[in-house]
Amino acid sequence: MTETTAATEATEYGPDDLVEIEVEVNGTVVREKVPPRLLLSDFLRHRLRLTGTHVGCEHGVCGACTVHIDGEPARSCLTFAAQAHGHRVETVESLAAEDGTLHPVQRAFKECHALQCGFCTPGFLMSVAALIRDRDDLRTASDEEIREQIAGNICRCTGYLNIVAAVRRAAELAGETTHETTPDERG
Amino acid sequence: MKPSGFRYAVPTSLAAAIAVRAEAEDSVILAGGQSLIPTMNFRLANPQVVIDLSRVPGLDGIEVSGGTVRVGAMARQRAVERDPRVHAANPLIRETLRHVAHPVIRNRGTVCGSLAHADPAAELPALLAATRGSVTAQGPGGRRVIPAAEFFEFIFTTSLEPEEILVAAEFPALEPGEGWAFAEFARRHGDFAVAGVAATLLLGDDGRIRRARLAACGVSHVPVVLTECEELLAGQAPTPDVFAEAGRLAQGAVTVADDSTTTAAYRRHVLAGVVEKTLRTALSRTGERR
Repeated sequence: MTETTAATEATEYGPDDLVEIEVEVNGTVVREKVPPRLLLSDFLRHRLRLTGTHVGCEHGVCGACTVHIDGEPARSCLTFAAQAHGHRVETVESLAAEDGTLHPVQRAFKECHALQCGFCTPGFLMSVAALIRDRDDLRTASDEEIREQIAGNICRCTGYLNIVAAVRRAAELAGETTHETTPDERG
Repeated sequence: MKPSGFRYAVPTSLAAAIAVRAEAEDSVILAGGQSLIPTMNFRLANPQVVIDLSRVPGLDGIEVSGGTVRVGAMARQRAVERDPRVHAANPLIRETLRHVAHPVIRNRGTVCGSLAHADPAAELPALLAATRGSVTAQGPGGRRVIPAAEFFEFIFTTSLEPEEILVAAEFPALEPGEGWAFAEFARRHGDFAVAGVAATLLLGDDGRIRRARLAACGVSHVPVVLTECEELLAGQAPTPDVFAEAGRLAQGAVTVADDSTTTAAYRRHVLAGVVEKTLRTALSRTGERR
């Protein structure tokens, strides 16, 4: 049973209890009841049917499940859904605009052929989206430095060459969209 | 894999968290979860009670005062890494943090959580050992400060009592002019290293080494202070020969056996090189901080 005692100021849930959570997911507030052991990755995929977030290794190594929590990239497989209560989560589904216009990172991955099977791609997109937001020096960064920045995401198909190119291209595209308007390129 | 079921406690005060912990037979503290949740997903850990500290106010502080960097239990590694006051007081902290996993992991992971997890391959326990830092534990009987030397006991094992919570970690600031370096060798950046070393080097007015401090990760069942190296270096002129000799001496600290990718002999070889490298880097930075 769920019990709250004023004296101890702690809410306790049994393994089969449900925790009520309120999470802002991709701009929409959702209220759900979840078991304590439910991972955020499974919450997003199974409960909210946001299946863009992929689950690879489920222990934080592959990076396929990367989402943003309060704006910062994080592993959704290393977070319980209950921990997201009161926080903001963005998944890969949030990247493109409502009208389908791709995010600069998505455009760059498409242009540079930075994916083959696509399994790792959502995680890469979320990691790189934060990277180009936080750093303005990626256009001129060395391959080695970019590889180090994306070392937390694993891709088994591409050999990373095109992903490195896409990171640089994404930085270029992001620079264009924020610093100058290029309506033609938005096609 | 998925974690097995557990009781989930969400305290809103530290006293309540300690009360839950004192009552529970088998509890773990959930801070950032970046070490705990993988071990739960693998079912290497199946705790009965998980105590989530995220609703306890006042635990995410980062304070720099009186020559000490004090990091609260919920302070994320990324926040500590980015804090300019921390960097000004002890630049070894940022340098070490940049070797901890990946930025995405550091966004969630906490400094204190890594220390309490006490993985001997992890970087932060070696940082605490090298800097002669300490942790503050709070239990039903009050607070106590545990020096690094008395904190790490074995793989994933510390001297924390089952009813205590690690509430903060303290890292002393560097002395003026003290040089610093962290280096490790890993197969991929962000992986646990074959061997890693945190070092500081302080020179006297005569140019000789007044104090050297070194600790290694990845080589034994706890982070190891390289005492023999420190004793060798004290009083010596900081020459390449002396650093090479320190590297050779450090090899005695390797106690882990061969594993699937790394033989003990190779680990000893790598450790010697990393010791030399950190000493060289630390030397090049002596006098940089006033």
